[in-house]
Amino acid sequence: MAVAESASPLLRINAVTKRFGGFVAVNNVSVDIRPGERFGLIGPNGSGKTTLINCISGAFRTEAGTVMFRGDDISRLPAHMRTRRGIARSFQIPRPFRSMTVAENLLVALDFTSLHGFASAVQRRDIVMSILMRTGLALKADVPTGNLSQVELRKMELARAMATHPKLLISDEAMAGLAGSEVDEVLDLLMKLASEDITIIMIEHIMQAVMRFSERVMCLDAGKIIAIGTPAEVMANKRVQEAYLGT
Amino acid sequence: MFSFDLLLGAIVLGTLLGCFYAAVSIGLSVSFGLLDVPHVAHPAFLVLASYGVYLLNDRYEVDPLLAGLLITPLFFLLGLFVYRLYHETFERRGTDAAVRGIAFFFGVAFIVEVLIVLQFGVDQRSVTASYIGRSWRIGDLRIPIRQLVAFAVALSLTILLTLYLSKTFMGRAIRAVAQDQEALRLMGANPVRVKQWAFGIATAVLGIAGALLIIVAPVEPMLDRAYIGRTFCVVVLAGLGSMTGTLIAGIILGVAESIVLTMFGASWAPAIAFAMLLGVLAVRPQGLLGRRL
Amino acid sequence: MKSKSTGVRFWIGAILFLAAMLAATQVIRNEYPFFAGYIILQFVVLAVAWSILGGYAGYVNFGTSAFFGMGVYTAVFLVKATGAPLAVQIAAAAGVGALLGFAVGLLTLRMQGIFFSIATIALTIIIETTVTNWRFVGGAAGIQIQRPPVTPPFDTYVQMLFFVQALLVVLAVAIARYIQRSWIGRGLQAIKDDELAAECTGVPTLRLKLLACVISGALMCAAGAPAAMYFQYADPSSAFNLNYSVSALAMSLIGGTAHWAGPVLGAILLGVTQQFLAVTISSEVNVLILGIMLVLFVVAAPEGLIGLIRKIGNWRAGRAT
Ligand SMILES: Nc1ncnc2c1ncn2[C@@H]1O[C@H](COP(=O)(O)OP(=O)(O)O)[C@@H](O)[C@H]1O
Ligand SMILES: [Mg+2]
Repeated sequence: MAVAESASPLLRINAVTKRFGGFVAVNNVSVDIRPGERFGLIGPNGSGKTTLINCISGAFRTEAGTVMFRGDDISRLPAHMRTRRGIARSFQIPRPFRSMTVAENLLVALDFTSLHGFASAVQRRDIVMSILMRTGLALKADVPTGNLSQVELRKMELARAMATHPKLLISDEAMAGLAGSEVDEVLDLLMKLASEDITIIMIEHIMQAVMRFSERVMCLDAGKIIAIGTPAEVMANKRVQEAYLGT
Repeated sequence: MFSFDLLLGAIVLGTLLGCFYAAVSIGLSVSFGLLDVPHVAHPAFLVLASYGVYLLNDRYEVDPLLAGLLITPLFFLLGLFVYRLYHETFERRGTDAAVRGIAFFFGVAFIVEVLIVLQFGVDQRSVTASYIGRSWRIGDLRIPIRQLVAFAVALSLTILLTLYLSKTFMGRAIRAVAQDQEALRLMGANPVRVKQWAFGIATAVLGIAGALLIIVAPVEPMLDRAYIGRTFCVVVLAGLGSMTGTLIAGIILGVAESIVLTMFGASWAPAIAFAMLLGVLAVRPQGLLGRRL
Repeated sequence: MKSKSTGVRFWIGAILFLAAMLAATQVIRNEYPFFAGYIILQFVVLAVAWSILGGYAGYVNFGTSAFFGMGVYTAVFLVKATGAPLAVQIAAAAGVGALLGFAVGLLTLRMQGIFFSIATIALTIIIETTVTNWRFVGGAAGIQIQRPPVTPPFDTYVQMLFFVQALLVVLAVAIARYIQRSWIGRGLQAIKDDELAAECTGVPTLRLKLLACVISGALMCAAGAPAAMYFQYADPSSAFNLNYSVSALAMSLIGGTAHWAGPVLGAILLGVTQQFLAVTISSEVNVLILGIMLVLFVVAAPEGLIGLIRKIGNWRAGRAT
């Protein structure tokens, strides 16, 4: 059983295509993500990274292709059903529930995704606090999200995603625009989560972070996969270098 | 009961009516279609303009169209002011501003309605001019001259505004602001200024549109409620912000209304625009000739 | 612990309120206070019901008058067809309102912002036009309605309607309060803040909005049902008057939608002012005041009365320490 599970992919993206009008943002992308993997997704701006994870998380419906999660086709499921099955994400531009405190943001996730909905208020508070502790936000629990700094907002997004009890966590440029030490904080956090048996797809522009974090890297350009492999292989790839240096 | 002649008549009259609908909607096509302002008070301003025209016509016997032209600058200023207020209080604040922005314009619409009632009473008002009351016969078809005047002015107004938006620098800036504020900022223009100007133009156009409204038929203070349906129907059907689309959508609505009128009677007419609007929104929220997703 | 004790306090308050209303109908002989009070209570129900979808979820429903009018005409239809008693009329209206809410929700809740609002106006006009063309309930001309004999312990029918509306107030507030404090309320609040983020956090947004629309619609329809007996007359243009939509929206926003007490406060404040003005000045001025208050509040006090009260409270607390 355990053997069979590790052999089959957690997430199978099969020939996924997404168009906006006539413009093809994601073009026939296929990739398998293994359980427990730390997967890096890179590519220049506008190459379709966010669009691809929108297709995985259900924010967009795909035009063609399928998304399989733990063996089930989830291509037609609405986003909240995918979240309940274990796919959580953060947003490139943070989208907190602004009228709520940090703890309340996490409570939304508890209320709607897990059995904790039936737990007592005290127990739920404990769960929230333990997640906030792990993400380094314990002191901010009762602060309105409007008062958070940029790095705290990013961590809050990850914490809220964690509160849905994901099996797969997708982080969309959680480090963009952060200072060096803050980048390390968020990266350490993602590493820690990965060690807790959560599969992680990390979209990032900061190459050191990608290199340090990823077991495997995939590079998109104009909606297509141009390279996939170990970080070193992908960095050495001509087309990747061209795409990043610009032509 | 139903004949081909009747249908043809309905189509001719509907086309005339449709151009008029385009003219009263074109301001909204700019303010809502291009600028994303939930301007539910647009029809209320339209009716307000009609009463301005009525006042000038009744007191000083000014020709309604001239009167419409005369109040245009005032409406331009009104537009500048309303946009400024809207921008400062809602667009800039962000969170749940959308809810309150809509409520704001509903409130404004109601204030305008009541002010008209307090000033002019609830009775219908109409204007007098040489071209009102007479009509033109072609075979069995009687076309009121006032409809023809409204048609001609409406068509010119729509074409002028279309040219303004496509040929002048400011017009192009207005269309650019709808698509990409950053690009505009890079060009050295202030997006808020451009939007304010555009909103001013959209409101100024109501001077003439209000004149047409009262030329075509008598007005009453609550008339704006029927026009919420018509104007939004036209703008949404047109695909937000498309000027030629506005003209086509106006004609579609006009013809649909006049066919229903001849076939089912006047009591169903108020629902046509709203039913079409609902249909379009339910099937294709981006409109027929949609600009965006 | 704390929430339990506030629950007890809430229900004691509700029972005291109902007892006071009942006592008033027994003690006060003059009919006018009940005539005016009925309207105020009706607006409390409408505003509270509106805020379930409009306030908690942030969907500006402009179809209050559609639901209200359907309530009126459900009652008219039942009276004319079967002579059903008041309780049945109200229950049936609630059922019709729930169904209508479901249908309206399915049709419109995928739209956002202003599109939703416009669509709800559209539905109102379409329903009104349909009723106008429906001969059985009087068509455009309207219909007279005979009141049956009043049920003891009430002396007059208006007193009874007044008490019935007070019952509806308690029902509406209890439901709104439950929703606000439960997971439903948290989900609606998440939808209001950011619908995509809510969906990606596991909130079934469409289903929750539908639920809010159904509950809100049922309450609005129920609030409208007794109006047929109250006016002893119904016609489409009064029953579906857009003023109900604006009033419900204005009262909720003026009171503040973050807490169930907001719409209650807003409706009482505006309702009392209106009743007072209607006697002393004119009904047009009513609508003017409503419009001006709405604009003033959305511009200057976005959190409504509740927000102002909280601010003053915080300010006092800040000074005390
Ligand atoms: N909702 C949308 N509507 C239209 N075009 C979009 C939308 N979202 C993304 N795009 C386009 O798709 C392309 C890929 O965008 P995105 O996935 O955000 O890129 P990345 O995340 O890799 O920077 C871009 O050209 C962008 O303009
Ligand atoms: Mg991106």
